[in-house]
Amino acid sequence: MEPDRQSASEQLTYAAVLHWSTIIGFIALIVTFVVYMLGWLPAYVPLDKLPHLWGLSTTEYLKATGTPTGWSWLFMMNKGDFASQLGIAILSGCSIFCIAAIMPAYAKSKNLTYIAICFLEIVVLVLSASGIFGH
Amino acid sequence: MKQRDQAGQHRNFRFLLWLSATALLLCFALPAEAAVVAAKAASTTAWWVWPLSLFVVCFFLGMIAVPAGVGGGVLFVPIVGSFFPFHLDFVRGAGLLVAMASALAAGPSLLKNGMANLRLAMPLALAASISSIGGAKLGLALPANVVQIALGVTILGIAALMLSAKKSEFPHVAQPDPLSQKLGIHGVFRDVISGKDIPWHVHRTPMGLVLFLIIGFLGGLFGVGAGWANVPGLNLLMGVPLKVAAGTSSMILAMASSSATWYYLDNGAILPIIAVPSVIGMMMGARIGAHLLTVLKASVIRNMVIAILLFAGVRTLLKGMGWWI
Repeated sequence: MEPDRQSASEQLTYAAVLHWSTIIGFIALIVTFVVYMLGWLPAYVPLDKLPHLWGLSTTEYLKATGTPTGWSWLFMMNKGDFASQLGIAILSGCSIFCIAAIMPAYAKSKNLTYIAICFLEIVVLVLSASGIFGH
Repeated sequence: MKQRDQAGQHRNFRFLLWLSATALLLCFALPAEAAVVAAKAASTTAWWVWPLSLFVVCFFLGMIAVPAGVGGGVLFVPIVGSFFPFHLDFVRGAGLLVAMASALAAGPSLLKNGMANLRLAMPLALAASISSIGGAKLGLALPANVVQIALGVTILGIAALMLSAKKSEFPHVAQPDPLSQKLGIHGVFRDVISGKDIPWHVHRTPMGLVLFLIIGFLGGLFGVGAGWANVPGLNLLMGVPLKVAAGTSSMILAMASSSATWYYLDNGAILPIIAVPSVIGMMMGARIGAHLLTVLKASVIRNMVIAILLFAGVRTLLKGMGWWI
């Protein structure tokens, strides 16, 4: 019975962190998008120019607009289009928070296999987020 | 009286559904022509028409995706990629976000009521996360028409899979394999209809890991999520009860899509003006879709989704080949 009870406890911890991180992510996504659409923050690429640009490939779009890649958007939050990436980043990071939250339970029960799986999953997600894989 | 009310409600929902389908087809037709104009010359359409159209289309897609048992991404990418003026790179980035957001939103309740199993999801999600980065990297490196052709073929394959795939509510697993035992992958599923607790185990875990490497790669490459492949993989290959397979699929999808989404985000392939209205529209439509599931036959909606996938698959394929711009 013990493993099942422990498994249920992990699931509940994961579910709780997922619930709150997702809510925060969705609120950030909607609020920043409204700010962007209403022009409360100026856009880096003006909205009326986008129909001329969104048919280009990513490479061409970046070249045409001079949009920086990687984490540069975080330092350009005064621009509406970059600010609205905040919610996307929080949602993309939800799994990292959730996995990190259940690791102490695995450590407590000395479940080395799942500690290793969680650690590797976090490494994969963090490396992907870091931009190390390039273009 | 009550029966008449129910019949009336049924008729209303059926009408709503066909209205959605008609609106969806109109949405196909309208931007299709404009897409050509927008791609070649600056569109004369006001910029706000596009995110608004995207929101409306995604709302209807969300309505039919839930009852049909497919993720939003698999409908989103071929339809928006074929009929809107956006480059496929941005559509795939938005598709991943749509798939991930839907899976994240469903996650907490699936985990709480035991419909998703974390110990089953974690190893498979690790395999899928690693390969989805490879898929995303390849997807952004390949010419758009090549990805479009491959996507068209894949979408037609998915439609064929949906037409032919068998399902097993409670697959028989004679003996759990050693790896699943080592990983402690098992559980007890409470069947609400019979009120019984049904213990389950899995088999063929190594094959499952290999399969999820492939599924993750395709998910990252096309930005379509992978619910369409996760569920048959878990249910038919590994012997997971159907409802646990569907719930666990969401958890795997959320983790695997995250790694690919980061890659797209880092490389500037997610435009908020495309991604955000899509996510919001899909989430709102999915809430109505969940209600439709209780009043309409799932098979009717499923057949409609298969028809849409066949149409979108052919359109995507022909667009990739340059035969139907």
